[in-house]
This record gives sequence, C-alpha cells and structure tokens, in this order.
Amino acid sequence: MQIYLPIADLPVNIFLVFGMGLTIGFISGMFGIGGGFLMTPLLIFIGISPAVAVASVTSHIAASSFTGAINYWRKRAVDISLALMLLAAGIVGTAAGVWLFTVLRAIDQLDLVIGLSYVTLLTTVGALMINEGVQAELRARRGGPGTLRRPGSHTFVHGLPLKMRFKRSKIYVSVIPVWGIGFMIGFIGAVLGIGGGFLLVPMLIYFLRVPTATVIGTSMVMTLITMTSATVMHAATNHLVDAVLALILMVGGVIGAQFGAHTGQRMRAERLRLLLGLLVFMVGMRFAYELVVQPNELYSIRMVGFD
Amino acid sequence: MHRLAAIAAILACAAALSPARAENLVLSLSTHRVAVTSSFVGADLVLFGTVEPDAPRAALRNNYDIVATVSGPRATLRTRRKARVLGIWVNVDTREFIRVPSYLAVLSNRPVADITSAETARRMQLGLNQVILTQRIGADFADTVPDDPFRVNYINLKKEAGHYREMSNGVTFLTPTVFRVAIPLPADVVTGGYSVDVKLFADGKLVTRNNTALEVIKTGIEQYVFEASQHHGLVYGIVAAMMALFIGWAGSVVFRRD
Repeated sequence: MQIYLPIADLPVNIFLVFGMGLTIGFISGMFGIGGGFLMTPLLIFIGISPAVAVASVTSHIAASSFTGAINYWRKRAVDISLALMLLAAGIVGTAAGVWLFTVLRAIDQLDLVIGLSYVTLLTTVGALMINEGVQAELRARRGGPGTLRRPGSHTFVHGLPLKMRFKRSKIYVSVIPVWGIGFMIGFIGAVLGIGGGFLLVPMLIYFLRVPTATVIGTSMVMTLITMTSATVMHAATNHLVDAVLALILMVGGVIGAQFGAHTGQRMRAERLRLLLGLLVFMVGMRFAYELVVQPNELYSIRMVGFD
Repeated sequence: MHRLAAIAAILACAAALSPARAENLVLSLSTHRVAVTSSFVGADLVLFGTVEPDAPRAALRNNYDIVATVSGPRATLRTRRKARVLGIWVNVDTREFIRVPSYLAVLSNRPVADITSAETARRMQLGLNQVILTQRIGADFADTVPDDPFRVNYINLKKEAGHYREMSNGVTFLTPTVFRVAIPLPADVVTGGYSVDVKLFADGKLVTRNNTALEVIKTGIEQYVFEASQHHGLVYGIVAAMMALFIGWAGSVVFRRD
C-alpha cells in the first residue's frame, strides 16, 4: 500500500516504512540506543532526501526515547540533575547544529559532511566497542573474573573546577565536562539526525564515571529533550520534518523497541556491546565505501525554489 | 460616424494580422484538475483533439502531425557535479537553472525531426534539446549549447525521474483528423499550473496551434500537512513533537508489564 509523503514529496510503501521502524525499534530496544544512526541512512537509501531524513528522524527518536525514559523513570534509574546539566548545554548545541545544517545545505555540502561524520564517528566508536567486547569475551572464555578494567579512578576531568554533586549517580564532578558532552551530543544530533545515545553512554561512563544503573536512563532523558527540541527547530527553520513519515516510523519503532528490550535482557552485557560495536562499525564502513567508490551518477539536482 | 469608422479600421487590421487559417484545433483534456491524495502514485492524463475545417466544407488534408508540449510550474534547480578530492567524492561545481519547467513533456506522433525542419524545431523549442533552459553562469543568465555537460546531465537526471520526457509515440491519430495525447505525470509531480501547448503541422509547416491548461493540487491531509509545515513551521514543529511524545507515552502504557 503506497502512501504519499507530503514533505518528502514521494510515495512510499507504508508497510516497508513500518517494517523499518519495527526493525530499528527492535535494535534500539535491545541495545538501549535511539537507532537514529541506522534509521537516517535507511531512509536515504529508499530515496528520501538526506535533509528530510535527518529532520524527520529527530521526531522518531523523540518518540522511542520517551518510551524508554518512562520505563527507566519508573525504575528510578534517571539522574535528573545530571540530565538537566547535560541538557542546558545540549539545547545550545542543538541550536548550533540546526544552524550549521542550514548553512551546509545552502552551500551543497550537507551530504558530504553527513557522510564524513558518519564514517569518522561510527568506525571509531564501532572499533572501540568491538575491541572491548572481544576482550570481555576472551576473559569470559578463560573463566576469569568478568570485571571491566578500571583505570585510575581520577582523570584530568576530576581536576576541573565548578564541582557539583549528582546524588542519584553518586558522583562528584565538575560541570565543565558535563556541559562539553551535552553540547557535543546536541550538536551532532541536530546535524546528523542521530540521538547520540551510542556516543553519550560511553562518554558518561568513561569521562564522568556514571554508574551503569543510571547511565542509560539519564542518556534517554537527554536524547528525548534534545531530539524534541531539534524537531521543533528543524520544523521552524528548514520546514523539512515529514510528520506522516515520522508517524509511521515511530509507531513501528515503539512496538519494535518492546520486543528488542525483551531480547536484550536475556543477553550478556558484554556480548550485547560487541554486537552493537559490529553493527556500528559496519554502518560506518558502508558510508566510507560510498565516499570512496566512484558514484554511478556524478551529477545531482536539488530544488532551490519556485518562482 | 467617427466611432464606426474606427471600429471598421480595427476590424480591418485584425483581419489583416491574423493569418488565413484553413484548420482549427479543438482540444479536450480528460481532467483539468489532478488531485494529489495520500494514495497518489502518478497519473495518466488523456487529451483528445480534432482538426476542424475553419469554414464549412473547407478542404482538410490527411497528413497532419501533432507536437504537444506540456510544461509544469517553473522552478530554480541547482545541478551539482561530484569529483574526487583527496580520495573522496565531493560536490565541486554547481550550476543553477533559473525558472525552468519542473515538468516538461514533448509528445508527438513521430520524431520531431521527421515532422519539421531543424530550424523550425529550434525556433519553436520542439524537444528537450531545443527548449530554452536558462542557467546562471557567474553573473550571466543564458542558455548554453545543447551539449553542455551540465545541461545534458540535468536533462538526463530529470528524464530518469520522469520529470522530463520526449516521446515520439505520445500522440496517436485515431482517424486522420482525430488524435489522442497521453500525458504521464510521475508520482512526485510538482503542484501548480501546467500548460499544454498543441501545434498542428502539415508538410513541415505550422498550420495552427491551440492550448489548454491543467492544475495539480494537493488535497486533503497532504495539503493540510504541507501548508502547515511551510507557513506555520513553529506550530507544526510543536505539534510534531507532541505527536512523538504521545506515541512514546502510548507505547510505554500499552506494553507496560508490571
């Protein structure tokens, strides 16, 4: 059944888009991520322009992270003061990201920047996760203790001023790295149409030593609010959010996430991280391939305006 | 008396200016309004036409040719060219096509080259290579030679998307004087006014021409959503965000397991 998307200006198969929402939702529920870094490329692949894909996926992530955030909230696994501190900078980052998005689109380099950023981010993060996952797997094989290496509990981060206590996470850190991380995630999210959960979670663990109990819930709240505001900002400045597309995606995504979460709970955390690392790395390589190999069509057209 | 003389003079002038026509074209379009709804996957319009004698019992020929040009709302489009820079493929060059038809179909009953001379085809813009496509080149606005790479690739991309067509079997003569034109509109057709210009040729010469028009409009929810997104961006964004939150909340309630 075909349905015409009013902003993307093309008909798509409603079941295909719903299926994509379901699949990505399953993956996002399983790994506790938003799944934007998978959804945006998929939408581009089925013919939706990168700009519309990025803008519409923000609202899809808002929906799936809200479901997640509510679940973690009920389990009291959200550090609200940490989330608010991340957000204060996150909103500024999002606004800067939406601004850069508009500029890049005007000078015809949006596709390139999206491609390059995906390659850099995904291959790096993917490789790190694979490395860690493999080591954890090997340790488990040897039957050794499954504990992760804990390097010195104090890094340069702990020497910074403006310290603040985050009670729920039981940490005492400077707000400067918190703001820095918040800004980066907001910025990257708006430009690339990703929630940034797969970046935020490791950052919170490694730089701020946020315990695993609160890290995913807090990350979900952060993602929820940055993506909700990115939706509003993209709609107000670029007029590119396709609500019909987003609605189909989010219904599929929310359903898929429930089944994904169920499957994820029955797997070991290390193996889960290894699988996610492989997935992230593969998507990064796919983008690298596209940038390096000569495209079939060297020319492309973009509508500038009507007269 | 003066007034009568003036009217007579005007009539005389008009008679002298209008060429002595032997035939008239009568056109009828299957629909003048194409509605883009949620199930829109493109449309095929049909235009019927007959060649009528201008005066009763005036002679009709039997070797007519028809060239119909359908052109959509004008738009400015940017064509970009990629080249390898430091090992990766980057847009390096762009050219803007100013106020060019977003949709263009040149339909005829046989190849335009067989219908009329190359000179006439060029002058009347009969064909994708003949149509004027203004480009912004630096500070200048001009059309280029037909084999300009940007122009060639622009037309090829528009052809691939089904936005530009040139079909020498787009017009079918049912009888020597009755013809049918099939106008295919792609699924991602641009909304707005479309003009249909039909030219009648005989022995390589233009005999007469006539035109009609159609309108492509978005209707229902599509129209509503599109208008809202373009004119009330902020409100639209807030509603989209609320919708996302509602779906997310509904998900957590429906699947609540505790």
